[in-house]
Amino acid sequence: MKKLTIQGLKAEIDGKAILHGVDLEMKTGEIHALMGPNGHGKSTLANILMGHPKYKVTAGTITLDGEDLLAMDVTERSKAGLFLAFQYPVEIPGVTVGKFLKRAKEIHMAVDGVKMNVTAFIKQAREDMKFLEMDANFINRYLNEGFSGGEKKRMEILQLLTLQPSFAMFDETDSGLDIDALKVVSKGINRLRSEAFGALIITHYQRVLNYIEPDQVHILYQGRIVTSGGTELVRALEEKGYDWVKEKYSVQ
Amino acid sequence: MSNETIPDNLTADNFADGYKYGFSTPEKSLVKSAKGLSEEVVRQISAAKNEPSWMLAYRLKALETFYKMPMPVWGADLSGIDFDEIYYYAKASSESATSWDDVPEDIRNTYDRLGIPEAEKKFLAGVGAQYDSEMVYHNLQKNLTDQGVIFSSPEDAVLNHPDIIRQYFGTVIPHTDNKFAALNTAVWSGGSFIYIPKGVHVDIPLQAYFRVNTKSFGQFERTLIVVDEGAFVHYIEGCTAPVFTKDSLHTAVVEIVALPGARVRYSTIQNWSNNMYNLVTKRAFAYENATVEWVDGNIGSKVTMKYPAIFLMGKGAHGEVMSIAFANKGQEQDTGTKIMHFADDTSSVVTAKSISKSGGISSYRGIIKAAAGLRNIRSKVECDALLLDASAKTNTYPVMDIQSDDVSMEHEASVSKISEEQLLYLMSRGIGEAEASMMIVNGFIDPLVKQLPMEYAVELNRLIELEMEGSVG
Repeated sequence: MKKLTIQGLKAEIDGKAILHGVDLEMKTGEIHALMGPNGHGKSTLANILMGHPKYKVTAGTITLDGEDLLAMDVTERSKAGLFLAFQYPVEIPGVTVGKFLKRAKEIHMAVDGVKMNVTAFIKQAREDMKFLEMDANFINRYLNEGFSGGEKKRMEILQLLTLQPSFAMFDETDSGLDIDALKVVSKGINRLRSEAFGALIITHYQRVLNYIEPDQVHILYQGRIVTSGGTELVRALEEKGYDWVKEKYSVQ
Repeated sequence: MSNETIPDNLTADNFADGYKYGFSTPEKSLVKSAKGLSEEVVRQISAAKNEPSWMLAYRLKALETFYKMPMPVWGADLSGIDFDEIYYYAKASSESATSWDDVPEDIRNTYDRLGIPEAEKKFLAGVGAQYDSEMVYHNLQKNLTDQGVIFSSPEDAVLNHPDIIRQYFGTVIPHTDNKFAALNTAVWSGGSFIYIPKGVHVDIPLQAYFRVNTKSFGQFERTLIVVDEGAFVHYIEGCTAPVFTKDSLHTAVVEIVALPGARVRYSTIQNWSNNMYNLVTKRAFAYENATVEWVDGNIGSKVTMKYPAIFLMGKGAHGEVMSIAFANKGQEQDTGTKIMHFADDTSSVVTAKSISKSGGISSYRGIIKAAAGLRNIRSKVECDALLLDASAKTNTYPVMDIQSDDVSMEHEASVSKISEEQLLYLMSRGIGEAEASMMIVNGFIDPLVKQLPMEYAVELNRLIELEMEGSVG
């Protein structure tokens, strides 16, 4: 079991404070949902976990199994087992999906001292693509270039299945997806569900949580986790919306 | 190539900044002209080649033109060139060999080190090698010789195929075209002459490799390629030079004639040392239904001015220019193209990509012209510039001269930087920052690299990798 611990995290972007003291502990084997209205720090938290240089941590600590995560650069965090499914995956012209996936996988295998068997890798990638209902030709396309919104999200999940991280953050992976795409993406995440995998599903809507049942639900509001609980919180939000959170937890 | 393979008789002390071809071989010229340019030097060059008088007369006329024409001031800064400080002719070997065994040892070692004989064995149908002013080696597969293909030095062609030379030499690029074309015509030496007979398809590329070895030297090779009706050839040229403290000059003229239905592809990977002024005039005439393609990679040099041109002379002719330029510290890559639509149903595609780094300047300069009274003219130009840091610069100077109505012309230009988001994305999958930058740069040029034979694609990627070294902290 691995443990990701966030304590007293404060952060800002371009001098504007976004997070005002976040505490959260996640273990592998658990699925956490992070909900809340837009603009209250959900994506900020995910990007800080991954090490996005645009965000500045001003206080607090993040540790992965006791190791200082904030001291690691983005590459090292990935090698340590973190993964972020981006809300808006960027296009990388000229870099094929196949070449990129192979290189990323190779690097991750090298961390464990394993040499890649290319034939086995290709076979696995093909199976994963089939599982995610992706056309086999995607392997030759340039990474995310000209992909539809749904295709980009599937590509994120394909990378998730390829790299098999210990902890994955999904930054509004569900937003903008039609119901079929949502089912496929959820199927991908559920496939990894095990004692060796932990996830933080960031979402504005409860819809995705109908397909991926969370163990814990947190509500991030005004830069703080104001309440945590089980699926009953999801139902409360579904019935009452975020106004209820605003009334109860708003800091003037 | 590892250090272990460097022969003892090469001096390795001229290496600089990762330019691995910067070594020089001790100069042993058999014939070397006096420094500077004069009628006497031109006569000396002509005499050394036992040329017929008509060629000498042509050279002298070109010399006059050179003296008369002003320096071009519209492009890169050429003020550093001192025509009086240059050696215009240096001959290191007594004659051109057809077997590497017959090439003098020190020269052969240079080419071994550049990997040319090895490449010839593996994937080339013919190779020419020029060392300073003269071709030292020429060889062509026998089955091609049997089919009437000619691949020789232009000197050889002047003596043995004067009919073809007199018909085409200087017709695509007259000596009056520009000051440097005049200079080349006056002092030209070496280069390639290729003739592909009607209907002959040369499936494996021919290559010439140009090596400068003498300090303060000017290399003025002259290439003429005539591809007869329905024939095909892919010609590749590569160039390197030692790193000297004094500037050198490379002023080539390349003329291509693609007769009806012919197809010619001319690929260049120029990798000059960063003390080289590289001022080259390249032009092709494409007749009815002929296709001409220039694939042009410009890495290195101090200043490059090069605009491979295609004149679409016959109905249905097609021209393509694909170029990549890398401008590193202290370098100016002023490249582009000139496409002249002179006939109906002609089309052209230009893809120009440049990468600039550490204050390097890349400029795209292009002219697309559609002459008056033509029908169904199509042209597409795409220029993409990638800037690797804040001090790198790029310019675009497109000119369109459209005199007909039935013309479809597209021009797209983009300037991009390696974005933080792209780097973050790749790094978040475990790829290190330097490798991630490299992937993005390679991706940027990938559509062009794909056009090269695999061995050259690998070489080009590797050269760019060398240029990129140390660009990420």
